[in-house]
Amino acid sequence: MARVGVFICHCGENIGRTVDCAAVAAEAGKMSGVAVAVDYKYMCSDPGQAMIRSAIAEHKLTGVVVAACSPRMHEVTFRRAAAQAGLNPYLLEMANLREHCSWVHEDRAAATAKAVDLVRVMVEKVKRNRALLPVRVPIEPTAMVVGGGIAGIQAALDIAAGGRKVILVEKSPSIGGHMARLSETFPTLDCSQCILTPRMVEAATHPNITLMTYSEVAAVEGFVGNFQVTVRRKARYVDVAKCTGCGDCSTKCPQKKIPNEFDANLGTRTAIYTPFPQAVPNKPVIDAEHCIRLTKGKCGLCAKVCTRGAVNFEDKDELVQVKVGAIVLATGFELWDHSAYGEYGGGRLKDVIDGFAFERLASASGPTSGRIQRPSDQAEPKTVVFIQCCGSRDEKMGKAYCSKICCMYTAKHAMLYRHKVHDGRAVVFYMDIRAAGKGYEEFVRRAIEADGAEYVRGRVSRVYRRADGKLIVRGADTLAGKPVTIEADMVVLADAVVPRAGSEKLAQMLGVPYDGDGFYSEAHPKLRPVETAAAGVFLAGACQAPKDIPDSVAQASAAASKVLGLLSRDELEREPIIARVNSQTCVHCRACINACPYRAIEDAALPARAGAPAAQVARVNEGLCQGCGTCAALCRSHSIDLDGFTDEQVFAEIATLE
Amino acid sequence: MEQTKANKNTTRDATGETFEPRIVAFVCNWCTYAGADLAGTSRMQYAPNVRIIKLPCTGRIDPLFILKAFEGGADAVLVSGCHPGDCHYTSGNYHARRRWAVFHKLLDFTGIDPGRLHFSWVSAAEGRKFADLINDITERVRGLGPFASDNPARRQA
Repeated sequence: MARVGVFICHCGENIGRTVDCAAVAAEAGKMSGVAVAVDYKYMCSDPGQAMIRSAIAEHKLTGVVVAACSPRMHEVTFRRAAAQAGLNPYLLEMANLREHCSWVHEDRAAATAKAVDLVRVMVEKVKRNRALLPVRVPIEPTAMVVGGGIAGIQAALDIAAGGRKVILVEKSPSIGGHMARLSETFPTLDCSQCILTPRMVEAATHPNITLMTYSEVAAVEGFVGNFQVTVRRKARYVDVAKCTGCGDCSTKCPQKKIPNEFDANLGTRTAIYTPFPQAVPNKPVIDAEHCIRLTKGKCGLCAKVCTRGAVNFEDKDELVQVKVGAIVLATGFELWDHSAYGEYGGGRLKDVIDGFAFERLASASGPTSGRIQRPSDQAEPKTVVFIQCCGSRDEKMGKAYCSKICCMYTAKHAMLYRHKVHDGRAVVFYMDIRAAGKGYEEFVRRAIEADGAEYVRGRVSRVYRRADGKLIVRGADTLAGKPVTIEADMVVLADAVVPRAGSEKLAQMLGVPYDGDGFYSEAHPKLRPVETAAAGVFLAGACQAPKDIPDSVAQASAAASKVLGLLSRDELEREPIIARVNSQTCVHCRACINACPYRAIEDAALPARAGAPAAQVARVNEGLCQGCGTCAALCRSHSIDLDGFTDEQVFAEIATLE
Repeated sequence: MEQTKANKNTTRDATGETFEPRIVAFVCNWCTYAGADLAGTSRMQYAPNVRIIKLPCTGRIDPLFILKAFEGGADAVLVSGCHPGDCHYTSGNYHARRRWAVFHKLLDFTGIDPGRLHFSWVSAAEGRKFADLINDITERVRGLGPFASDNPARRQA
């Protein structure tokens, strides 16, 4: 027999001025199943809550309706009060008499009548509420970070410092990411590797961090707190335990002309190679596509010169299974391929390069040892044109967004160029200057005022090679109101920042949504910037949106704090608004399994019982279900229902409105 | 948003009073419910004819809910959720949209005026849109008259 307590709040004058609360309480008292109905000035206050608690005890209430403000305000408050009185918190509902009634209607009679209806709806619902217990899921106290750039390294270090074990998975042979390729970083002009490599070493040597380089995530099963990740450890052909990193193998390798991706293909490398001198781990890998021994069965010089016998041509890819409780995606970005931009040479002009190529030219450890030399003839360019917004802010190229970092790195490039070529001319074509970070505006002004970079506001319509070898850049100077032509020796394009190729496959493996530009979607654009729709999967760095180093580091630390929060307990408690399958009536049509946005429903086998054959049904994974109810609405056999919003409850609510 | 002014003052219900439509709104907790809250916090005034039933997601809405609402006394039904792409549960509103596209035609086929079933996207930031929507629907349905008047086969309450 239901005994519901109804508590009508005046909320001072907020409800009481428009709704006749005493009358609503009187009407509520007449509703079937209501044991007590009272009204009070401030239900959320201490005396108000005490009133609810003592009523629960005195009237042995089986359910409570608090008719007051929006449940988004105080549902938690009142549920806690109910729990303190020994009533299951899910046996309490709120009727919204303020935001949805007293604040939006003036007519007292109409508002009071509506208030009575709203209370009646909730009374009928709460009579059908069941006591629900939070779902408990065990948690594996290890995290995985996918991506070993600055964001991934920072996240790994912070999680490890918090006392949890981390597996850091990196696709290339070394961690470090793009930051290892940079010459200097804005706005300080810090040597990039000097500030990065100590972090790389710390990540490699930290007792809580396991590095898996030259490895990729191949498959992910499971759910928050209980992921099983299959990592493909690609064959290095070098035994890292035996290798000392002496480098004799690379010195002797006859394949010397392979374009070096690290150097933006401006330089070359050997088939057995370490990507850069400060690589971590500082052990080489063999590029199987270009190795003569692996492709043709000849050579094998590296194995012969290696005094440690560390070269192993029989090496194979290895699939490793690991259990983790949380995953951080820090897969970073790449630069858009500007060969789509025919106006700027379509990728065919050798001296039209992108930002990473310029970084490698400027870098002391780069292919030209830090001398600015143009790719076609190694001559020192005396006029360099920098074109901002190449691909970004351009709907015709499919990217409406701003890539955020280019104004800053272009200013940096102009400065580095002017520092190295004192008689050189640096011209920057821009649409706007976005220099919003700390010290950023001052940095750009320094490029212009101290280092003499010429900034021209306008777009470039064409870049072409004249017969005498000069690159002709035709653009507009909109502030002067006239066209401009520059005879350049080299052009640097600020290509759009795009997510790494293949990043969407990883997102699909994990059930992480991504936007139309391929960047991973955060759970809420304002308030949940490092979580995703997939519970237990977090984001850090440029994979979420174009981002500079300070923001990548900050976001990585934020993701780490979320991970540590998740992994700080042995068990995960979840809101029990979850779906349930009636396995007696389920016909295994799998519509729910296909529709669930969280892949929370799985196939389950029902064991054979006397007379009944073994059957397959759907079963909801309580750890994953987020309680949207989409499955409940589409089940053809009405075999799924949603705790907290059951069919019975909703039909009862609707029936009150007759 | 035209109003059927001609009908406004002449539609009367069985007792001869000016007809006050009863509107049942099935809304999602994360967007439209919050949008309605915002309308309240901003003190935007709208017609008192709507009764909101809160659900976690528009994906939860079984077409039977809508039928029961009409059967039970609603003169109009509103279904409102998050904008496409913004569903708190990623895709629940897409399912709702698909169901509505088919159900809307079915309802029309059964002779129920399609002007009585409304579908909208109202985000948590669109308090104004919610208030205007309720006012708009109330006036339209006031013009259409009570549900029973053009659906005589409906079960009597």
